[in-house]
Amino acid sequence: MAAQTLYDKLWHSHVVSEEADGTCLLYIDRHLVHEVTSPQAFEGLKLAGRKLWRAHSVVSTPDHNTPTDHWDEGIKDPISRQQVETLDANIREFGALVYYPFKDKHQGILHVVGPESGATLPGMTVVCGDSHTSTHGAFGALAHGIGTSEVEHVLATQCLVAKKSKAMLVRVDGQLGRGVTAKDVALAIIGRIGTAGGTGYAIEFGGSAIRGLSMEGRMTLCNMAIEAGARAGMVAVDQTTIDYVKGRPFAPNAEQWDAAVANWRTLVSDDGAVFDAVVELKAEDIEPQVTWGTSPEQVLSVNGRVPDPAAESDAVKKGSYERALQYMGLSANTPITEIPVDKVFIGSCTNSRIEDLRAAASVVKGKKKADSVKLVMIVPGSGLVKAQAEAEGLDKVFLDAGFEWREPGCSMCLAMNADRLEPGERCASTSNRNFEGRQGQGGRTHLVSPEMAAAAAIAGHFVDVRTFA
Amino acid sequence: MKAFTQLNGVVCPLDRANVDTDAIIPKQFLKSIKRSGFGPNLFDEWRYLDHGEPGMDNSTRPVNPEFVLNFPRYAGAQVLLARDNFGCGSSREHAPWAIDDYGFRVVIAPSFADIFFNNCYKNGLLPIVLPADVVERLFKECEVQEGYRLNVDLEKQQVTTPSGEVFSFDVTAHRKHCLLNGLDEIGLTLAHADEIRAFEARHREAKPWLFV
Ligand code: SF4
Repeated sequence: MAAQTLYDKLWHSHVVSEEADGTCLLYIDRHLVHEVTSPQAFEGLKLAGRKLWRAHSVVSTPDHNTPTDHWDEGIKDPISRQQVETLDANIREFGALVYYPFKDKHQGILHVVGPESGATLPGMTVVCGDSHTSTHGAFGALAHGIGTSEVEHVLATQCLVAKKSKAMLVRVDGQLGRGVTAKDVALAIIGRIGTAGGTGYAIEFGGSAIRGLSMEGRMTLCNMAIEAGARAGMVAVDQTTIDYVKGRPFAPNAEQWDAAVANWRTLVSDDGAVFDAVVELKAEDIEPQVTWGTSPEQVLSVNGRVPDPAAESDAVKKGSYERALQYMGLSANTPITEIPVDKVFIGSCTNSRIEDLRAAASVVKGKKKADSVKLVMIVPGSGLVKAQAEAEGLDKVFLDAGFEWREPGCSMCLAMNADRLEPGERCASTSNRNFEGRQGQGGRTHLVSPEMAAAAAIAGHFVDVRTFA
Repeated sequence: MKAFTQLNGVVCPLDRANVDTDAIIPKQFLKSIKRSGFGPNLFDEWRYLDHGEPGMDNSTRPVNPEFVLNFPRYAGAQVLLARDNFGCGSSREHAPWAIDDYGFRVVIAPSFADIFFNNCYKNGLLPIVLPADVVERLFKECEVQEGYRLNVDLEKQQVTTPSGEVFSFDVTAHRKHCLLNGLDEIGLTLAHADEIRAFEARHREAKPWLFV
């Protein structure tokens, strides 16, 4: 048989049927369901009198709307509350493998909860009505975001109607420098290929720098694949993957473990497998990244300067640069390290796992938030991450620095709950989107790694974390 | 699903690249548990001068006269002309719901984000990719010619300009069939229920750990 890519293997092992034009029915192993993109899907099922094809494929928790403080007061916003209660009711009616309701000790962001519970496994097809589902590709799984009609379709049929994408290999070889993280790699890749660079592709991240990343780092990287336009990002299975999965609640039991591992070891691209596109980066060239504009591709090294639209020859680009600078309240040629921040947000499905919090805490330890910074919010990705961080005393480090230590959820990543920026406020954020209004109308977002966000909180402006002591 | 066959409609040009789904329908409107009623909040932050929240009476809000959707000449537009990477960002299907609810039936751009592109087809909305230079020309023609209309024929896979110029576009056979006939995709898939069951049984046998 011809050499196959990891993507080929994952795809072909899930095709139920194929039409002449290449449209396939793809079998879905895991379906993650949250409160925002599911109500209309369940409503559709009810109207048509349909049931779930396989309720045990569903793992669910509310995350987008849940508050991150005053849990004793419940969800104050009545519309948010209705959406969360609608999910409670739908799961009660239709069933699921597991549901973590609001305030459960496991509740959190689905893309954190799935992997940590072992509900995301290598070789799976994983879907969720959320674009950052690409996160789960870190396990050598085929994972992508779907719309609400597709949520309904998967609930009813266990299949997705899909056509195979092209395959892209993004290879990062070498050794990442100290203070350079998976987030910086992700942003550097997006800076290189653009936010539409991966459109129509499934991206496999490979190379020695990727193999050197922890599972948390791989999840951060795959999470951002969608910001490069790719619905799916993935990393081949290796010992790091297998060690992470072992012992988690929904991981294979002892009886099935060896067979599962033997299968997982095949989840790599074969030697000589052909990709439709290959992009190569050298790890040594990647510096800590900071976005300056309103698209993740508008990104620079921390030692760069805000670009000058006048120097841009492409008219569409020039226009979007001008608009971005105006929205961001920045002038051309300003050094990134001279940009002050009003708020700092460390959280989101990109960077809210235990390793992220440890990294942030290591920068903060013994220091205090700058007086000019109004608010620093640390929002763990799940109840379990929160408990682990507290067991390690990380909450103390943050609280001593004058930061806020919150309950888990999406929070200010998209500001659907009460956590948001006011117009004109500038935020160093570890989330994944710096679109206009993403963190609150008129809010200005700069995407960075947890270390860089923590350092900005202390300094009051962006600093190169590599030289920050 | 609503069928789409053919349309002759006024074109509204939205001259920005990378229009994301947050801009198409801001997140506060995602709290709705319904599928309809998003039209008045399409492009909410660009379209109105105040901050929109669900439940507001949109007819009394101050509109932004500089935003293209508010130009009288584009009233009743059914074709949205857009730039590269339209619909990027969040997977929210509320974006095509809002575009559709507003009254658009077709979106033309040089490129679309994948999830958005896919979501359009599920809602009777036709996304059309045309080459960048063609889109550029359509923008120019639309600007100089008030009441500029395009004719879109899905059966023939053609867009025709007022001067009679014809541009062909691609669409997969499966999507075309579903859209032309307004088919319910779940019903279509369930016609394969036996195949799905057979696949599932083999899959479970080979990888039982996936079925905890
Ligand atoms: S943390 Fe942000 S990006 Fe991730 S699922 Fe929540 S809202 Fe979406």
